[in-house]
Amino acid sequence: MERTVRGKVAVVGIGETPYYKRGQAPDPEFKLALKAIIAACKDAQISPKSVDGFASFSNDRSDPSRLANALGCDDLRFSNMQWGGGGGGGSGAVANAAAAIATGMAECVVVFRALAQGQFGRFGQGPRSNVISGSGAFTVPYGLMSPAQSFAMKVTRFMHYHGVNQEALRAISLASYHHAQNNPRAVMHGRPLSEEKYDDSRWIVEPFHLFDCCQENDGAAAMILVPAERAKDFPHKPTYILSAVSGSHYRAGASVHNTPDYATSTFKTTVPRLYDMAKLGPDDVDVAQIYENFTGGVLMSVVEHNFCEPDGCNEFFTKENLTAPSGRLPINTSGGNLAECYMHGLGLNIEAVRQLRGESSNQVPDPNVSLVASGPMVTPVSSSIYGSEATL
Amino acid sequence: MSYLNPGLPQPAPARDGLDEAYWKAAQEEKLVIQRCKDCGAYQWGPEWTCHRCCSENLTFEEIPPFGRIYSYERVWHPVHPALAEQGPYIIVLVELPDRNGARMVGNLLGDPHQEVQIGAPVRAVFEHHEGEQNNYTLVQWEIDTS
Repeated sequence: MERTVRGKVAVVGIGETPYYKRGQAPDPEFKLALKAIIAACKDAQISPKSVDGFASFSNDRSDPSRLANALGCDDLRFSNMQWGGGGGGGSGAVANAAAAIATGMAECVVVFRALAQGQFGRFGQGPRSNVISGSGAFTVPYGLMSPAQSFAMKVTRFMHYHGVNQEALRAISLASYHHAQNNPRAVMHGRPLSEEKYDDSRWIVEPFHLFDCCQENDGAAAMILVPAERAKDFPHKPTYILSAVSGSHYRAGASVHNTPDYATSTFKTTVPRLYDMAKLGPDDVDVAQIYENFTGGVLMSVVEHNFCEPDGCNEFFTKENLTAPSGRLPINTSGGNLAECYMHGLGLNIEAVRQLRGESSNQVPDPNVSLVASGPMVTPVSSSIYGSEATL
Repeated sequence: MSYLNPGLPQPAPARDGLDEAYWKAAQEEKLVIQRCKDCGAYQWGPEWTCHRCCSENLTFEEIPPFGRIYSYERVWHPVHPALAEQGPYIIVLVELPDRNGARMVGNLLGDPHQEVQIGAPVRAVFEHHEGEQNNYTLVQWEIDTS
């Protein structure tokens, strides 16, 4: 018997809080989680009491037992955390939830992520301790301590090796900010970006300008997953999970930047499994949401999902190619982590569903296949592919 | 004289003892990396087992203090208060030749605005510090013109 989740699970509800700049949410993190989950249940027109599973990633602090209590869930069957990976776990959490449903362990699972960086710590800051030991002792005292600094080193190597120009990174940022101008939920709505503004912006760490870096935000997002045979019992056009995988290559987690295959987004071993399970290839993908902690990760992710050759980046990565409705590969059509909200990438999965429903603020015409790449460079990474009913 | 302004977190040997030999050797101006006594594989950073044969029989072996720049970055935005007045600085990832591709992280000494070439030869410079809890030595790198 074929072992797969393809077509066995559907997304029937999506919900978000308003998105805020870091530290500006009026609610504590746990309340944000509840609000997003309740919104997703309302979207699916179900009672939160019928939720029987929770899946999240990146050590989300909103504990499933407390959530189930607060929501009055009748029968908690599945509580799951995708280990490690930061935003790399976004599609991994979807994969775990889908596996639970496909194998009969749960019937109605919420995938969620909540962040209040005002209430808790920031991502983009170095440690404040006086002493550091372990693997950090080999990097932090040299001033290598933030995510941007960790990943710029990989991207520099990739760009050097493949002769990629700064304009390729700029195009990724321009596409996200362009899309955000049509999305009223986007934190950067009303704040367009031009080539000049990008070029004039300060360096964070070469090759990343300010606008190559994601925001830091507060908010929460949630998706409701149910067995595919129930998908038509809900009000919205159903979207089906065709594939969801996670993982990382040989010694990807080697400390002190020692992974043998270094200049990579880490998708080389996961993408063959992704497309195999989905039974389709990159040419079938109509629209893609590619996690941008930093634009350089998008560059390598797009290459590693086989949309473009590594030596063809300068031609492929143009604003025209990357924008909806008619680009070769419209990406990050909500504005993504750069310009909509950094909800650790779960917003990208929600946008992938919106595209298939026909409800995106930057709609691609009649898409059937919608791809998400979660968390380049932070291991394990993950990806997912959603499909319309026509793909089943 | 240190490359970066004072005030960053100071390295200390891990309490479990995994990397103690490295920090001790650095204070003696020796560069060491981990090597498996059974299969001969080199590895960095330190781990309890050999990644190639899973042996626990590991040692720290002194190697020549030379390498090549594998990648680099020039940092501008300070993410720690100690670096607020630093200005740009360069971090290099240095590949150690003939050590199974092992790499080390350090700063590239000299002009922080200098043009950096991937592949350039570098040699280690031992930068000694008096720490609050313990004295320690950072292994820095400079372009090897010899």
